[in-house]
Amino acid sequence: MSQSEDFALASHDLDFYYGEVQALKKINLEIPQHRITALIGPSGCGKSTFLRCFNRMNDMIEGVRVEGRVLVEDEDIYAPGVNLELLRKRVGMVFQKSNPFPMSIRENVNYGPRMGGVRGRDRLDEIVERSLKQADLWVEVKDRLDGSALDLSGGQQQRLCIARTLANQPGILLLDEPASALDPISTAKIEETLLQLKENYTILIVTHNLQQAARVADHTAFFMLGELVEFSDTTTMFTNPNEKITEEYITGRFG
Amino acid sequence: MPVSDSPQPLVSDRKGLAPGLSGIWGTALATVLILLMLGLLLWIVAVNAFGWFWPVPVWQVEERNGTVHIGAEVGREAIPGPDGAEPFYRLQFKVGNRDLDGRDFVWIDEAEIRSKGRPGDLVRIVRSEYGDAFGRIAGATSSDGGAVEVGEPDVLAEFLAAGKNARAERARLETRLSDARRPLTNLEEALDLLERSANAKTASGQERVVALSAEVEKLAIELRPTLDEIQGGLDALAGDLAAAHLKLVAGDARFEVPLSNVIEVSWPNRMGFAGKLAAAVRHGVLFLVTEPREANTEGGIAPALFGTVLLVLLMSVAVVPLGVITAVYMTEYARHGFLLRLANQAVNNLAGVPSIVFGMFGLAFFIYGVGGSIDRAFFADRLPTPTFGTGGLLWASLTLALLTVPVVVVATREGLLAVPRSWREGSLALGATRWQTLRRIIIPAAMPGILTGLILAVSRAAGEVAPLMLTGAVKLAPSLPVDGSAPFLHLQRKFMHLGFHIYDVSMQSPNVEAAKPMAFATTLVLLLLVVLMNLGAIVIRRRLRRAYRGQSV
Repeated sequence: MSQSEDFALASHDLDFYYGEVQALKKINLEIPQHRITALIGPSGCGKSTFLRCFNRMNDMIEGVRVEGRVLVEDEDIYAPGVNLELLRKRVGMVFQKSNPFPMSIRENVNYGPRMGGVRGRDRLDEIVERSLKQADLWVEVKDRLDGSALDLSGGQQQRLCIARTLANQPGILLLDEPASALDPISTAKIEETLLQLKENYTILIVTHNLQQAARVADHTAFFMLGELVEFSDTTTMFTNPNEKITEEYITGRFG
Repeated sequence: MPVSDSPQPLVSDRKGLAPGLSGIWGTALATVLILLMLGLLLWIVAVNAFGWFWPVPVWQVEERNGTVHIGAEVGREAIPGPDGAEPFYRLQFKVGNRDLDGRDFVWIDEAEIRSKGRPGDLVRIVRSEYGDAFGRIAGATSSDGGAVEVGEPDVLAEFLAAGKNARAERARLETRLSDARRPLTNLEEALDLLERSANAKTASGQERVVALSAEVEKLAIELRPTLDEIQGGLDALAGDLAAAHLKLVAGDARFEVPLSNVIEVSWPNRMGFAGKLAAAVRHGVLFLVTEPREANTEGGIAPALFGTVLLVLLMSVAVVPLGVITAVYMTEYARHGFLLRLANQAVNNLAGVPSIVFGMFGLAFFIYGVGGSIDRAFFADRLPTPTFGTGGLLWASLTLALLTVPVVVVATREGLLAVPRSWREGSLALGATRWQTLRRIIIPAAMPGILTGLILAVSRAAGEVAPLMLTGAVKLAPSLPVDGSAPFLHLQRKFMHLGFHIYDVSMQSPNVEAAKPMAFATTLVLLLLVVLMNLGAIVIRRRLRRAYRGQSV
């Protein structure tokens, strides 16, 4: 756990409450830069809540309360005066269920830059092409950029959502079970994309699929009942876990 | 598997209705009943309206005492005989010719009729004064006093066509005259205002009055040749039209109809089906595009139709922003809690307030309050004559907007709440602000809901009459709210309205019997108008929905 690496994201003594219910308890975790880190754990263990702390998407829910510190590139993002729009541009997020907007493919991809004030057809088209290539979707859609995004298949829609997030050049990518609703081939494509992206991006991924975590993640964190049980590099986690409960979860005895 | 002690057989030999079927039939019956009522309503309105446009035969009826009536049969009713004897019947005829004895209709006992027939030479003449005339054409005099050979169909047709052209020319000249005179009229109005204003008594005011008077005089001299020329043409034409007339005979009565009054001459008994159809279509179109005559008992409904459409459009322009902004605040920004629930209830209850209450509010707040203040501030010269401090199109449309705003708010809120949460999250996660998310994602996706609200609002507003009676609908408006003189849209003007027109024609008419079919025809037009406007909005909504296919909006 104590590698001499740079940390892109970190939480210090993070407590999180939904009203009276405590969803996260004293989480201390540092996410290394330009690596893929997987969050695993049974349903309701708080891993998605934890993920959403890093771009403050939890703010939308009424009655939530955060204690402790959450750092993104050494800045406390729960400090007063944080520019939420800028934060969310730097920390992109892909959701479990693909959610393309009811617009054309092109408009979906350049939505973020447009909202951020980028103007000019050429510049936007450049961004669209680059992002779609990064998400490995360019070849499939380059002739129908002005067609509706809702006409794409499920896997294509999810890759479109990844491209849409990449258009902002975020640096950090949060993925909330991005492949849970997809078939194995689409899943494989997305995993391949993630592996290519990790050269330049710090990726934090929540997954229910242990094999997926084993395949793509450099590090894995195991959550249970709102607590961080174990965090280590993936090989260690899956071959020689420290905690008994981790081993039980990984070998499928519960969860 | 253990079986319970007294197993009920799955297959029973029970006779009669399947369980629950009677309930299904009951609900179906109620639905059928409602559909029947709806069909009946449409049927009654449509039959009465179309029956009026369709040319009916003209009868010649001779009574036993020798009196002869010429007219269209419009009704038949039973009169109970004394002490349970057989009832006898009487017929109602529309005989027109109101200029002769002041009545349009006669009742004739069936027993008193000696003969009844429909000779082909009976005519019905639609006139611009005194309503319809029925009779035979016995002769005609041309404008130079010579007799016209009415026995020759071609000669008569030519005579009538000449009259028609002359009337069209007269209308053209009248428009030209008022157009040519408009600059002068405007200037005179300005002078009038200046003279009545408070500062007319000051020295500088006097100077301006003098200057303006000189200008008026100069323009009058400048325009005189043109105006005189047009007026001369008009006078000559009017003289010709008044001199030329048809001589009519109806029973014992002989009378003349000047060509200047003739709108249409027809021989209904000679018409074939195609001719009648063409005449009905022509009557229908004329009904829509001409102005009412004779205290709304004759003519068309063009100003009322125009007023209704304009009123609803203005109402929509006012209600959509108001309702949508309210709904957006309540749904997207307001904190959940007691106040929001209270506001929600208030909006819902507002929809149940009787419309006349909104009329009173419009009168008190908009007309006396806002309108009165505008008058004192900007039109003080014209007081005590009110400009905005009296009923008018603007106040009526704003009152209707208040009346319908709850519908728009509720429908928009539903539309907003139906926008998938994932779209909001997706937009925010891309660094868009809440406002951008609202404008680019949420409002467009809620558009079908907003349009649903607008459809409901339009349906309600188009049929509303009570508040309009207090806020500016009138029996007869001297001018349309839109015309050629600046600023073209005159929001302070009073207007005519189809709903109010129906009330006026059927309840306040000096000649209720003659106006009855007109009330039905107006009702039909109002119904069709509402359906048409709804269809328009529904088409737009369907297009929008197609854009969001695949998502559960």
